[in-house]
Amino acid sequence: MPINLNNSNVATRENRIGSITGYVGTLKDLATQSECGTLKGCSRCFSQSSTCLSGCALNQLSGIRDVAIIHHGPAGCSVAASSAYYMSKVMSKKRGVTSDTVYVGTDMNENDTIFGSTESLRQVILEVYKRYHPKAIFVSSSCATGIIGEDIDSIVDEVKPEIDVPIVAVHCEGFKSRIWATGFDISDHAVLQSIVQPPREGVKTNKINFKNFFESARPEIIEIFKRFDLDPVFLYCNSTVEELSHLSESIATTCICGTLGNYLGNALEEKYGVPYVRSINQCGIAGFEAWLREIGKVTGRSEKIEEYIAEQRAIYIPQIEEVKKELKGLTAVLGMGPGYTFEVSRVLDELGIKVVWALAWHYDKKYENGDVPPSMKYLLDNDIDFEASVADQQNYEVMNILHKYKPDMYLSRHPGSTVWAIKNGTPAIYVADEYMIFGYKHTLEFAKTIVDAIKNRSFEENLAKRSKLPYTDWWYQQDVDKFLEEVK
Amino acid sequence: MQTVQAIDRALPILHSGPGCAQKLSENTGSSGYFSPNIFPCTSINEKDVVFGGVKKLDSTIENALKVIDADLYIVLTGCIPEIVGDDSGEVVSRYEDAEKPVIYAPTAGFKGNNFKGHEQVVDAIVEQYLKKSDKKTPGLVNIWADVPYQDLFWLGNIRELEKLVAELGLIPNTIFGYKRGIENINKIPEAQFNLLVSPWVGLGNMKKMERKLGIPYLHYPTLPIGATETSKFLRAVGEFAGVDSEKVEAVIKEHEDYYYYLIGRYADLFLENRVINKQFTVVADAQYSLGITKFLVNDLGLVPAKQFVVDDTPKNYRDKISEEFKKLNFGIEAEVSFETDGYKIHEEIKNHDYHGYPLVLGGYYEKEVTESLKGNFLNVSWPVQDKVVLDDFYVGYTGGIRLIEDIYTVAVQRFN
Repeated sequence: MPINLNNSNVATRENRIGSITGYVGTLKDLATQSECGTLKGCSRCFSQSSTCLSGCALNQLSGIRDVAIIHHGPAGCSVAASSAYYMSKVMSKKRGVTSDTVYVGTDMNENDTIFGSTESLRQVILEVYKRYHPKAIFVSSSCATGIIGEDIDSIVDEVKPEIDVPIVAVHCEGFKSRIWATGFDISDHAVLQSIVQPPREGVKTNKINFKNFFESARPEIIEIFKRFDLDPVFLYCNSTVEELSHLSESIATTCICGTLGNYLGNALEEKYGVPYVRSINQCGIAGFEAWLREIGKVTGRSEKIEEYIAEQRAIYIPQIEEVKKELKGLTAVLGMGPGYTFEVSRVLDELGIKVVWALAWHYDKKYENGDVPPSMKYLLDNDIDFEASVADQQNYEVMNILHKYKPDMYLSRHPGSTVWAIKNGTPAIYVADEYMIFGYKHTLEFAKTIVDAIKNRSFEENLAKRSKLPYTDWWYQQDVDKFLEEVK
Repeated sequence: MQTVQAIDRALPILHSGPGCAQKLSENTGSSGYFSPNIFPCTSINEKDVVFGGVKKLDSTIENALKVIDADLYIVLTGCIPEIVGDDSGEVVSRYEDAEKPVIYAPTAGFKGNNFKGHEQVVDAIVEQYLKKSDKKTPGLVNIWADVPYQDLFWLGNIRELEKLVAELGLIPNTIFGYKRGIENINKIPEAQFNLLVSPWVGLGNMKKMERKLGIPYLHYPTLPIGATETSKFLRAVGEFAGVDSEKVEAVIKEHEDYYYYLIGRYADLFLENRVINKQFTVVADAQYSLGITKFLVNDLGLVPAKQFVVDDTPKNYRDKISEEFKKLNFGIEAEVSFETDGYKIHEEIKNHDYHGYPLVLGGYYEKEVTESLKGNFLNVSWPVQDKVVLDDFYVGYTGGIRLIEDIYTVAVQRFN
C-alpha cells in the first residue's frame, strides 16, 4: 500500500493491512486463511482494558532528544508526561548524553469540549517554543479533541511561520484502532512527514537504521557491526532530530520487531529507495543467522558475515546444546505482540520446548509490502503448528488457557501480565527487553534463565497458595472463544 | 479508578477507550486481587463513537457479573461516552436487581483531575448504594483521607490514622485497603461521625453524607505529621468525640516521650551537618504541601521559602488553605502558590535565595532543578520514581520519624 506523507492521518492497521484482534484456532489455519484472504477477525461482547495507541505513538516520539510533545486533551491523557520525563532522563543518562525533551498537556476542561480550544492550543504551542526551544514539536490530538473536531492540522499550519523547527500534527485518537501498534505507525509517519529530509547529494555513508525500543544492546551491536563496516543508528530512544533528518541516506533499515519497524522500513524504501531488511527477527539461532545473512545480501557484506557466523557458532552452539538437555520436553504458553509471539515460538521450538498455545495480541495478515510476516512463514515452512489465538491482551482468555493447559511456563512481554500466571502457579518469564533473546549469546542466556525459572518455583508456589483468582468457576468451564462474535 | 481499586473486591467497569485504564494506573502496588488489565472495559471504537456505545456497555456489565468475582461493580465513564451522549446511568439502572451492587460514577477526564474523580466515586457510593441508618454504633468513626495510589503513602497513612483514633478508645472505620471493602462500606451509615483529614479532598463527600445519612463531620485540614500536629489532631478528635481529656493527654504523653527520645538521640545529626539548610520548599498536593510545611517548621525549626500546591485545588478552597499556611509557630507565615505550571515553579525555585543549599520535597519533576542548584531533594509526591513504598507512612508521630529518616538519608550521602 503506498504511503502518503502529504496527509497527517495514518490509516489504521485494520484498514491498511487487514490486522485483526480476535481469533481462536491453530497457527496453520490462521496462516492459510490469511494467505487466501478469507481471514476475518472477531470482535468481543465482553472485553478487558488493554492499551492506547496514543501511548505507543507518543512514547516513541518522546524518546527523541530535545523535542516537545504537546498533548491536546484532558489532564488524564497527558499523565504519560511523567513516565516520558523519567524515561528521557534515565535513558539519556545511561547513554552519557542529555535530553531536554518536554511533554506538556493542554488540560482541556468541560468548557473546551463545548466551545473548542484551538486558540489556547495555539498559545501553548508558541509558549512551549519560546520557553524550551525544542528541536521539533509534535502536536497530538486525543479522543476528546478528535470527537469535538478540533482542527489541529490548521493550527499547526497557522503557527508554522512563527516557528523555525519542524512541527507536525499527530493524530492519536485512542478509539481509532483496536491495535495500539497503529501508534508505532503514527509516530513513524510524524517523523517522516516533518523531520526526514531527502538524501543530500554526494553523501556516502555506512549507516544502517536500526529501529528498536530501548537500545540495551547498543554497545554490543556497534561492536559486531564494526566488523562488517556498518554503523547502526538506533531509533527513536536517544535519537537527535539531526540524525533523523538523514535517515534517507542510510544504506538499509532493519528493526528488532516487525510490528515496530514495518512502517518506517517500508516508507523509507518506497520513498527514498533505502532497502528494508525483511527476515525473521534476531531471536534465536535461525533468526539471528537469517537476519545477518539478509543484511549481508542487502548491503553486499555476505563474506564478512559468514565469517562471523562461523566463528560465533563455534563458541555458542555447543553451550546452547548443553542447556537444551535440561529444557527438553517442557511445555509453554506465550502471550505477546505478534512481532514477538511467532518469533519466540520459533526459538522455543529450537530449544526443544513445546509450545501448547500461543497468543498474539493482534495479528497483521500482511505487512506493508503485501507479504505474510516472515516469522509466520518460517513456522509454516518448517511444519511447526500449535493452537493459537489472537487475544487483544484479554487476561481472562490467557487465564482460561493457563488453567486448562497447565504449562511448565508462561512467557509474556507486557507489564502487568506475568503476575497472573504466577498466581495460577505457572512460572512466568518476562521477555521485556527486546534484546533478551538476541543472537547466540542472549539465546544462551535466555535458555539458562528458563532453567533457573523452572528450577526455583518458591515464589510462584508461595503466592499461588495464598492468592484467590478474580475469575468465577463458571468462566473456567467456558471455551476461550465464548465471547467472540463474527464481525458483521 | 484508583479509588475503586483501593476498595477491596470492588471492580471498576470502564466505559472508555481501550487504553485509559493502563494509562491511568500506577505500576506499583497494582497487582493485587484486581489489576488494570482485569478491569472490564467497553474499549470504544470508531463505530461506537458514531452510533453510541450503550449496547456494548450493557453486554460488558452483564458478562462482568458472570466472569469476575467482585463484591461491588462501579461503572466509570471516560471522555468519549460523555461527549457523544451515551446514557450510561440508564444502562446501569437495568442492574438494580443484580445479585451484586452495580453503581455508576461519571468520570470524564475533561471534568477534572483524579482528586475530583475520587470524590465522584465516594459520592456514587453514598448516593446509589448507602441508606440512612437508625442504628448508630457509639464511638464508630469513619475516617477519610487523600486519594489512594495518587498518594504514595495512602495505605500506611490510613492504617496509622486508624491506630491513633483507636488509641482514643474510638472504633475506626475505613473503606480502603486490606480487608476493609464492602463490609466497612455497609457500616458507614452507623457511624457517630465522619473524620476528614485533608485540606479539601472529600469535603463535598462529607457534606453529602451529612445531608443524606445524617452523619456530622469533623474536618481536620492538616495531615498530622510529627509530634506538634499529631498531638493537636488527637485533642481535636478527642474533643469532637467527647473523649475524656485525661485519656487523650495520656495517649499524647506516651507518644511524645518516645518521639523525643528518638529526636534527642539524633539531634546532633540535625544540628551538626553541613547540608540541610533552614530554608525549604514543598511542591506537592495540598495535603503534603501543608502537612510537611507544618512539620518542618513546628517540629524541626526550619523556615519556609515559598510552598507550592499543584493539585489544581478548586478556587473556593484556596483562601482557607492559604490561611492554614499562616498558622505556624513564632508567627511564621508561609507564602503558598497554587500552581500547575511546572516551568513557573522551577523558575521561582531557581530565583529564590535559600541562603545555602535548598531543601526541596516534591515530585520527580523537581529532582533535576534541585540538583542543578546543588540542593537536597526528596521525592514525596506524585510522580514518584525514587522510592518504593509498600505500607510506609508519613502520618502521626511515627510518620514524622519516617520522614526525618528519609530526609537525612538524602543528607548523609554528601559531606558538604
